[in-house]
Amino acid sequence: MIDLHKLTIKEARENLQKKVFSAKDLALSYLSRIKEVNGDINAYLEVYDDVIKQAEEADKKIANGEDLPLLGIPLAIKDNILVRGKRATSASKILEGFISPYDATVITKLKEAGAIFLGRVNMDEFAMGGSTENSAFGVTKNPLDFTRVPGGSSGGSIAAVAMDGALASLGSDTGGSVREPASFCGVVGLKPTYGGVSRHGLMALGSSLDVIGPITKTATDSETLFNCIKGIDPMDSTTYSEDTYPKAVVKDKMVIGVPYHILNKGGISKEAREVFDNSVDKLKKLGFEIKEIELPNIEYSLAVYYIIMPAEASSNLARFDGVRFGLHKDGDNLLEDYLKTKGEGFGKEVRRRILIGTYVLSAGYHDAYYNKALKLRSKISKDFEKAFKDVDAIITPTTTGVAFKIGEKANDPLSLYLEDIFTVPANIVGIPAISIPSGTISVSEKELPLGLQIMSKHNAENILFHISKKFLGEN
Amino acid sequence: MVNKDEVKNLADLARVRLSDEEAEALSKEIDSILAYVGQIKDASVEDEVLVPVLKNVMREDEPKNKDDEYTEDILNNAPSREGRFLKVKKIL
Repeated sequence: MIDLHKLTIKEARENLQKKVFSAKDLALSYLSRIKEVNGDINAYLEVYDDVIKQAEEADKKIANGEDLPLLGIPLAIKDNILVRGKRATSASKILEGFISPYDATVITKLKEAGAIFLGRVNMDEFAMGGSTENSAFGVTKNPLDFTRVPGGSSGGSIAAVAMDGALASLGSDTGGSVREPASFCGVVGLKPTYGGVSRHGLMALGSSLDVIGPITKTATDSETLFNCIKGIDPMDSTTYSEDTYPKAVVKDKMVIGVPYHILNKGGISKEAREVFDNSVDKLKKLGFEIKEIELPNIEYSLAVYYIIMPAEASSNLARFDGVRFGLHKDGDNLLEDYLKTKGEGFGKEVRRRILIGTYVLSAGYHDAYYNKALKLRSKISKDFEKAFKDVDAIITPTTTGVAFKIGEKANDPLSLYLEDIFTVPANIVGIPAISIPSGTISVSEKELPLGLQIMSKHNAENILFHISKKFLGEN
Repeated sequence: MVNKDEVKNLADLARVRLSDEEAEALSKEIDSILAYVGQIKDASVEDEVLVPVLKNVMREDEPKNKDDEYTEDILNNAPSREGRFLKVKKIL
């Protein structure tokens, strides 16, 4: 058997090319691991029935001397990304029976890079949540402690990697949905620059915030996967060209900013603060200069986020009407059909956010909430722009503490929203951010991981990978 | 404050049916969320002008696929169809 626990994309590719093992051996190892642990963890909603066939095709290409960046690499895909001919539900009952008629652009690109798709993985319904407890198909458990959440909304994507059930995966990040679970499960999660990766074929949550990001075990793998999925796409007019933003340069001597003023306001646990302070020391020892910075309006980020995101979601989710695809509940007339289909098809959190979005966009409240939030968003962006004149990157903890218990925040939606405090600013501003494992905290005899978040300027993923590799000791 | 009737009105606007019980619970939850996000009312933004960096990119709407390449896949996703049409209840 192949030792999956330590295996990375880089090593797997070397072993595949050297014929140490075949793509089929590798796929079989993953299928067997998924069979063993998925019953407990519930990361996969569906394991595809053509995995072996895909692997055999990869082996043929290897035999023909082809060398593609992801040839034979088994991946898990979040259930809101379309793969032609496969089901996709966004973990919602409202998409019952839906079969994707086309490939998302990221899937087309991954296929061209030779990747193998193991299956689709669990998430908070329509990516609304930070714990994967909002899935219509049951909670995903944290592979490191089954009594805890894996984080969310990309909880299945992260758990699949953390349980050795996939070599890497794709998630989507609207307010922290890749980074928060990466922090809770001890893996690397990247939220690329807004517009860096095409969303064609990704089910929309907040269209001015959403981006698809890779989940991997190492920063090197994150870079490999990101390079395979990034780039301009005529099917997503928000993707940017190479000349949209100035090219970021990795310098010998780089300065990292720390907005200490928000750490004190974030409700961060004492132990988590210690892990963060140790990370700062480590970066200093690695030769980075640390500088305290101020982001005066950042404390409004969470409020701005929880206005803009539900506003956009309420409009994006209007398309699920029981007419063109998915669930249909029959009423006495067309209006009754809509009311019943949406009322029964959408879960509780989705209904809640649709109503909040409808409220902040409705006549009389639009100016006070939505328009004001847009202006504040622009102010927060300017704070970051100013900060990046003095620093190359900004760090914060990814989360205020370790993974919380399943059910702990289930009855208090606001307390769950507050979990996103450190992650939402990057989405509000559109800059790239990565979460990398930075230490653990011992809780009831279990070592639970925590992430360090690194942010940089638009299109400066190279700086994030550089700092991450140094921090993680990768060459 | 958002009361139960207002929640029901919002739900009607969004075409989502809610039970009385859920509307009651939601009015409390939405209140606490609106109280939190309402803190932005205190922020000063009077000098703020919105200038988006990204511009809308248009492309020619040219068919790239062959005739009928996706038609059946798309129609088969509809809960109800008749031939090559989606079937809905009459609206007039």
